[in-house]
Formats: sequence, structure tokens, C-alpha cells
Amino acid sequence: MLKRVHFRRSYLPYLLVLPQIAVTLVFFIWPAAQALYQSLLIEDAFGLSYEFVWFENFIALFRDGNYLHSFRITIVFSAAVTFSAMALGLCFATMADRVIRGSSVYKTLLVWPYAVAPALAGALWAFMFDPTLGIISGFLKTVGYDWDHRLDGTDAMMLIIVAATWKQISYNFLFFLAGLQAIPKSLTEAAAIDGAGPFKRFWTIIFPLLSPTTFFLMVVNVVYAFFETFGIVHAVTAGGPSRATSILVYKVYRDGFVGLDLGGSAAQSVILMAIVISLTVFQFRYIEKKVQY
Amino acid sequence: MVENNRWVKFSSHLILLLGIAAVVFPIYIMVIATTHTGPALQRPPFPLLPGDQFFENMKLVLGEGLSTAGAPPVALMMFNSMVMALGITIGKIAISLLSAYAIVYFRFPFRMFFFWLIFITLMLPVEVRILPTYGVASSLNLLNSYVGLTLPLIASATATFLFRQFFLTIPDELLEAARMDGASPMRFFWDVVLPLSRTNIAALFVILFIYGWNQYLWPLLVTTDERYYTIVMGIQRMLNVSDTVPVWNAIMTTAMLGMIPPVIVVLLMQRLFVKGLVETEK
Repeated sequence: MLKRVHFRRSYLPYLLVLPQIAVTLVFFIWPAAQALYQSLLIEDAFGLSYEFVWFENFIALFRDGNYLHSFRITIVFSAAVTFSAMALGLCFATMADRVIRGSSVYKTLLVWPYAVAPALAGALWAFMFDPTLGIISGFLKTVGYDWDHRLDGTDAMMLIIVAATWKQISYNFLFFLAGLQAIPKSLTEAAAIDGAGPFKRFWTIIFPLLSPTTFFLMVVNVVYAFFETFGIVHAVTAGGPSRATSILVYKVYRDGFVGLDLGGSAAQSVILMAIVISLTVFQFRYIEKKVQY
Repeated sequence: MVENNRWVKFSSHLILLLGIAAVVFPIYIMVIATTHTGPALQRPPFPLLPGDQFFENMKLVLGEGLSTAGAPPVALMMFNSMVMALGITIGKIAISLLSAYAIVYFRFPFRMFFFWLIFITLMLPVEVRILPTYGVASSLNLLNSYVGLTLPLIASATATFLFRQFFLTIPDELLEAARMDGASPMRFFWDVVLPLSRTNIAALFVILFIYGWNQYLWPLLVTTDERYYTIVMGIQRMLNVSDTVPVWNAIMTTAMLGMIPPVIVVLLMQRLFVKGLVETEK
């Protein structure tokens, strides 16, 4: 934690931490505290007066069909993104770990989507699925499916899942590949000598040994799907059609920033905060212990 | 590979090639779209070969933007994005280096308190405190300014942890020797710690540059003046046109320009990128 040898006591360390602490207090702690406080208030529409209502905002939220709907689709969305991005990442990583020739070329070609902003990824897929001129929607039309994510909620949800997954595969690929390369080759060799084929080796040896990486990536992917996909939803579907893609983060933004419902938006913020905190604690408490570096 | 099975090898290459095709396909379509006029894209079938309108489209979006959709020229948005990305990156690295140095090399009251305070920021992404943070920025007069785009985002728990972790591996003998020679704390920081941290700073720079460039929600909140739009955020003005057809050739040209800087950073500095990614997540 602290160096055995260190400097004498002076005012200097305070000066050194000052910028970081100042930004943290002003832009992180203070707004978070305000969100906590506001979530207990109901303000009138003009912001002139407010009333302390304890947990009424929260109770109202959980009675609100729209909010519960938003919660449900967020869970569907993040489960779909987490599962497909991890499955594809693991699949490509396993293959890249197997091949010797060209593996660095494969790696280079698979990692760069990490750098593409979610909103831009959304724009790309929205273009390919555009109901009038998109290349994929055109193909779907020829096989008899009439795609229109502007009118059909399921199509819109599929679109943001595909865009969010596309961007996240590279991240999972990199971490799974690092995890695979850390597994001693002697284990797979021993299994091969005992007559286990590639599939059996994967499911009985490699996959269980990867579980620390898998757990870690699961948390990261859920956080990604919950929060960082805001750009995709906002830029591509704007929560629509008729709230079909209004995930929690988008709803907080919408209710607070556009709808100006301060108490309700703050209460939603607090619930999201609780989700992030529990995911972070889970990651540090539970997963860190299992990972062996 | 354990055994030399031709089928396994072949299928591995095949799956990887399919994966790359799936990853690259949207980019190919995007590039095609940047070389055609809007009407040419509207007419089915979709062209699969490049056209000759690339420079026209570039000139249009870079110089004029889509004023009908309320989007400023892309050249301006790229400049703003660059300012924001560099501001966030340099700011985060600078203040994290300083605070990690203080926490590792000094014993002072409230040291652990500060450490935990910085740790908490990890759990408070901007997405969970949208409105109050906007309120703070607006009461400090930071809306529609470069300071407003960067300053609120530069606190960084991950960067501080990374530097702390690294400083702990610097041998104590270096500090003893420096003190013997009468070096002050800042001199030791500047002449020993900083040069030793070069690789870590570079790796972090790559990751944070991508993070900064790709910010979406925060610029959306603090900018109402088109002159401060960033490219990643500004593109939604072109996409969300309710009553007209989206101008896809311009949108795709903008999207391409918006992903070029961070993608180039990843491709050119792949090793540093992987190092940064793995180490910031530990």
C-alpha cells in the first residue's frame, strides 16, 4: 500500500491529490448526493416548491407499468448482448488460439471494432437495416420477412442488440484469448493422450479453467449493455417505436432531461447507482479472489 | 496444437474468416455508401461496388455539414472531438499520476480516505447521475465550452490504481539513492518516477483517447450550441430526422470520419492498446 521508504510529512501530498479530489467531489460525489436527496422529493413542474416524500418516488416507479416494462426490456437486452458477444468472442478466441499461421493477422482484424463509438456502430447497422434501402433488410424482404425497425418493436430491439454485440465481440475476444493462452498446454496434451477430442477437451478442461475470465467478462458486459449502449439507443431508435427500446439509462435521460420529472428521474438514477455499486462490489469481492494472475 | 488434425485446422481458419467477414462487412458497406450520391443509394439494388462521389461527399460533410438536419460541418466537429479526447486523456493522466504519487510516496492524515474517495468514482458513471451533474456544470457556467466537455470527466479511479500499482513496483533503493543526493519529492517525481512510467502512460493514453473520443452522453448534455458538437454525438442530428429520409451518403461519410482516429490509434498501437486494456481492468 505505502512505500517502506517515503517522504517526510509536509503539505505537498495534499496539493498533489487536490486536483483529483476536487474534480471527484464537485462532479461525482456532490451530484450523486443530490440525486439521492432529490429522489426523496417531489417538485412541482416549475421548480418553485418541493415536498419531502420519503420513498414515494420509488414506490411510484415500481407501480409504473412503463418503468417495469423498461426494466424488463433492459434485462432482455443485456442478457442477449452479453450472451451473444461472449459466445462469439469465445468462439473466435478458441479458433485463434488453435491456429498458428496468421493468428496475429486475425487478431488485428478482430480487435479494432472496440474503437468504434457505440453511436457510430448503431449508425452502420441502422443503414444496413434501413427499411427502404438497407442491404440486409432488402435480403430479408426477398426471403419473405418485412423488416421495419421504425414501426416494429421487436425489429428495433434486434437492431440494437446486433449493433451492441458487434462492437463488444472484440473486447471479449481479447480477454478470452489472453485467458486461453494462460492455460498450460500440458493439460490439453495430457487429455489428448487420453483420447479426448477437441470438443471434449474444450468442454471438460478449457472452459472450466476459463471460468474466472468468463465471470469477469460477464460483469463487464452487463455494465456495457446497461450503460454504454446509451449512444446506440439514443442515436438509432430514440427508445422507440412506442418505448420498445427504452432501456433504463435512456429512460432516466428522457424523463429527467426531456420530461423534467426531477424526483422520478433521481429515483431512477439511484436505482441505477445501486445496480452499478452491486456489480462493482460483486466483481471485486467475488471474482478477484478466483482469478489467478 | 496437440494433434495435427487437418479438419480442425481448416474449420478454425474458416470460422475466423467468417468472423472477420461479419466484423468487416458493415465497414465495407459504409465505405461503398461514401462513394455514391444520395439518390443512387435510394435506387435498389444496393450498389456493391464503389462509385465516384467520394470527394464530393467528403467536401459536403467536411465543409458544410447538413444544415437541414442541424448538424455543423464535420471538420469543426472533428476538431471539437479532438480537443475533448486530448483534454480528457491528458487531464486524466496528469491528475492520476499526481494523486497516485502522493498516495504511494507520502504518509499523511486522511491518505486512505482520499484513496477510497477516488475509488468511489468507479461506481458513479455519468449515466447514473445525469441531471445533477448537468446542474453542477450549468451553475459553474460550463455549458457550451471546452472546459465543460472535458473537466467533469477527468477524475479517474482506474488510472490512479494503475499508476499506484506500478509505483509500488519501483525499487525502494531508487528513492533512497535520490534522497541521499538531496533530491526533493518533486524532483524525484520528475526525474525518476515519470521516465519510468513512460510505457504505462503510453498504454493508458491509447485507452483513454478512445474513451474520450467516443463520449456520447456528456457532450449531448453540455452542448446546445452547434459550435461545440462533437462528431460522435453530432451524427445523431443527421440520423434522427423524423419527417424526411436520412441522407445516408452524408451520414456514412460522417461515420467513417468519426471512427478513423480511434481505429487508427488501435491499429498502429495494438500492443500498447492490449496492454492498456488488460491493465486498466485488473
